[in-house]
Amino acid sequence: MNAPAKLPMSLAANPVLDRWVSFETGSVVSLRTGKVEIGQGAVTAIAAIAAKELGVELDMVQMVPADTNRSPDEGYTAGSFSIEHGGSAMRWACAMVRALFEEEARKVLGDGELTVRSGTFTRAGHNEGVTYWDLAPKVNLAQSSADLPPPALIGGSIDHEGLQRLDLGAKLHGTAFIQDMSLPGMLYGRVMRPAHPAERLVSFDRAKVSALPGIVEVVVDGHFMGVVAQRDEQAQNAILVAARTATWRRERELPPHTNANGWMTDLVPKTTAVISDDVPDPAAVTRHQADFSRPFIVHASIGPSSAVAQWHDGEVTIWSHSQGIYPLQRTLAKALRLDAGKIRVIHAQGSGCYGHNAADDVALDAALLARQAKAPVMCMWSRADEMSWSPFGAAMRMHLAAGLDARGNIVQWEHEVWSPSHLMRPGAGDGVNLLAAWSLADPLPNSSPSDAPLPYGGGARNALSLYQLGKRRIVHHLLPQGPLRSSALRSLGAHGNVFAIESFMDELAALANADPVAFRLRHLADPRAIAVIKAAADRAGWKPDEPGGDGIGRGFAFSRYKNVGCYLAVVAFVEVTDKVNVRHVVVAVDAGEVIHRNGLLNQIEGGVVQAASWALKEDVRWTADGFGVRSWNDYPILNFSETPTIDTVVVEPEGAPALGAGEGATGPIAAAIANAISHALGVRVRDLPLTPERIATAINAS
Amino acid sequence: MTSTPVSSSDAVFALTVNGRAVEVRVPEDTSLLMALRHDLELKGTRIGCGEGNCGACTVWLDGLPVQSCSTPLWAAKDHRVQTIEGLADDRATQQVQSIFLDEQAAQCGYCINGIIMTVAAMLAHDPPAERGAIVAALDERHLCRCGSQIRILRAVDRAIAERRGQRA
Repeated sequence: MNAPAKLPMSLAANPVLDRWVSFETGSVVSLRTGKVEIGQGAVTAIAAIAAKELGVELDMVQMVPADTNRSPDEGYTAGSFSIEHGGSAMRWACAMVRALFEEEARKVLGDGELTVRSGTFTRAGHNEGVTYWDLAPKVNLAQSSADLPPPALIGGSIDHEGLQRLDLGAKLHGTAFIQDMSLPGMLYGRVMRPAHPAERLVSFDRAKVSALPGIVEVVVDGHFMGVVAQRDEQAQNAILVAARTATWRRERELPPHTNANGWMTDLVPKTTAVISDDVPDPAAVTRHQADFSRPFIVHASIGPSSAVAQWHDGEVTIWSHSQGIYPLQRTLAKALRLDAGKIRVIHAQGSGCYGHNAADDVALDAALLARQAKAPVMCMWSRADEMSWSPFGAAMRMHLAAGLDARGNIVQWEHEVWSPSHLMRPGAGDGVNLLAAWSLADPLPNSSPSDAPLPYGGGARNALSLYQLGKRRIVHHLLPQGPLRSSALRSLGAHGNVFAIESFMDELAALANADPVAFRLRHLADPRAIAVIKAAADRAGWKPDEPGGDGIGRGFAFSRYKNVGCYLAVVAFVEVTDKVNVRHVVVAVDAGEVIHRNGLLNQIEGGVVQAASWALKEDVRWTADGFGVRSWNDYPILNFSETPTIDTVVVEPEGAPALGAGEGATGPIAAAIANAISHALGVRVRDLPLTPERIATAINAS
Repeated sequence: MTSTPVSSSDAVFALTVNGRAVEVRVPEDTSLLMALRHDLELKGTRIGCGEGNCGACTVWLDGLPVQSCSTPLWAAKDHRVQTIEGLADDRATQQVQSIFLDEQAAQCGYCINGIIMTVAAMLAHDPPAERGAIVAALDERHLCRCGSQIRILRAVDRAIAERRGQRA
């Protein structure tokens, strides 16, 4: 396999080979990827890619936790880029390392065809071998990949029978997560936060809190307050006592929580025309428009966001499950007013992560508490704070309008989307996007809301579809922060935009008297899009004229994630009783070359189930008194008996490079369920989640 | 063991954990979860919501699954506690764990140990629980946020089949 001439992005940014690969004593290859394990299996896939490229066994590979002292800076583990960027950079680095060692091996083994297996180079027809570890002292890996020729890549799939995740064995037995860490003399910290997003701490009974059992430190800096205790339950207890004695100042009132995000109309947006075709309006015989919405959605990881911080001589080491240890390091430097070189962030695995949750915030909390305690401190968030203070996936409103010509083809398309920022991670914008920083006596403000240009985008992600739309006008209205804090959640704006587009496509198909699948196909030219749509329809036994009714229906949806990631088409089969039951889902996905089939399937399945949960149940509410979601009781998610069965077809075109697939299902699933409800009941619900109340309202209105 | 200073509110609790008699000296209102994780270094029992809703902290008390975050340590006094680490001593229950691994029935894996404890307890019964009862128990007591439900149910089905095979 020939490599393209250009270095993969992550390798170009971190060109020195020993950042990526080094050979330790005793037949161990140490690999450092800047991508992190967040439950998606990326680290295993990258390890297997590297092992194949180097010609070593997987059990010879040691994946070193990402560490700002040693690992390549690959930014965030986000956007379904772990394999596409992290995997290809590691593959190149390993192929270059193999080539350098092969050259050295030739000096020992003589000229001729060399092969490397289990880390040993041999020459055809000869028994003599020489290993990476024999040769390591002679090979200089402290050289830049930019100065080396593009390597010959072995490439290809890493699939083999029984390839299992490297991390799961430990996780299904004992100590494995950041929450399980223990350092000598480690203390436990908790932070007190208000129950209203616009309240600030004024006072609390400090003497009473300090006197509680096990309390080592009470830390107050401006409106920030936390405790450090011998044991975690003592710290938790102290926060309860502090909260009972606390007074708060409310800096603003919240707008009422209204249907379809009505509060958005009171905010002044920053408006950008993403696309506006400068052509005359086409003649349309049928026009249609509709409004769609999605609410704020909470990450709600099962494990509490946690961090461990340890100070020594004015420098701090922080263990964090952040998605981006380097951006976190740089942002902590601003928040702690320290040189970034004095902050070391080491990745430690947390529970499932679906975007910008509280992992980064708790890292600053831990650093602030440990600085005063002069001891290592583990800080964890409470469930209540996890459900309310962690950044939410941003609420969205979409207005779609289209014109059809006499043949029922789309000749004009408008898509407007309103949303607060989906991109408020540490490192984004001009401010300090870490919660505690805003409350310090000398506060550091949050960044002003920002967005990214297409194809990636934030609120406008996937606002442009692959369909042939005629005259297009796509407008993004970036709103200032709404009632709740928002940032990146799995697929960002693609979830709301694809839900709207793919619902609307079904509405247009009905106006054109066309089958939804056929209607989509006739507006597409991309052969890969056509192939996945056909694959999903075939596998699902899609019949254009199949009547819905009696609460039974099926719905279709398609999207290409970010228009550059995986192609994904779904058919959802629903049965509406007193609620919507998603019984079965057929998925067809084209993620290019499949690197790890089971990993791909796991990501698709997880994406489908999580997206079904968002679509049917999830809605972050609030009241005049503050947060409305403080525990799992306030926020039901899809349970086991509600889980659909799933049938995934993988379409793998020859020679297509691997594409990210972890986020591709969110929008299509939401729309396919809405379309299936429409097929089953003849009514359309355009606001997420698709609750029984909304369906009843739609039925009563029809 | 940690070197927590003994305060006036500390108490000593004797219990049996994974077949071993242990004594822990902790604050009186300590939960079973905290004692397991903090004092006995048995960290395979996960800290989840701490409110009895997510099931990540599930262990066995006299063979029955309980949520250890909402079980005070005094309630476990003089009882048999079994954690995920203890499953290794029992072939039938260890099998449930290996089926989950074999099926790669996890994404982040944080909720899985609690789920294994519930499933293994229900299958260890004589007669073993039916699928419907197991799914109902998972609905009632466990959450998975990554969307691994499909694989978890596949592992449960296999565990049920293998348990039946052993009894036949």
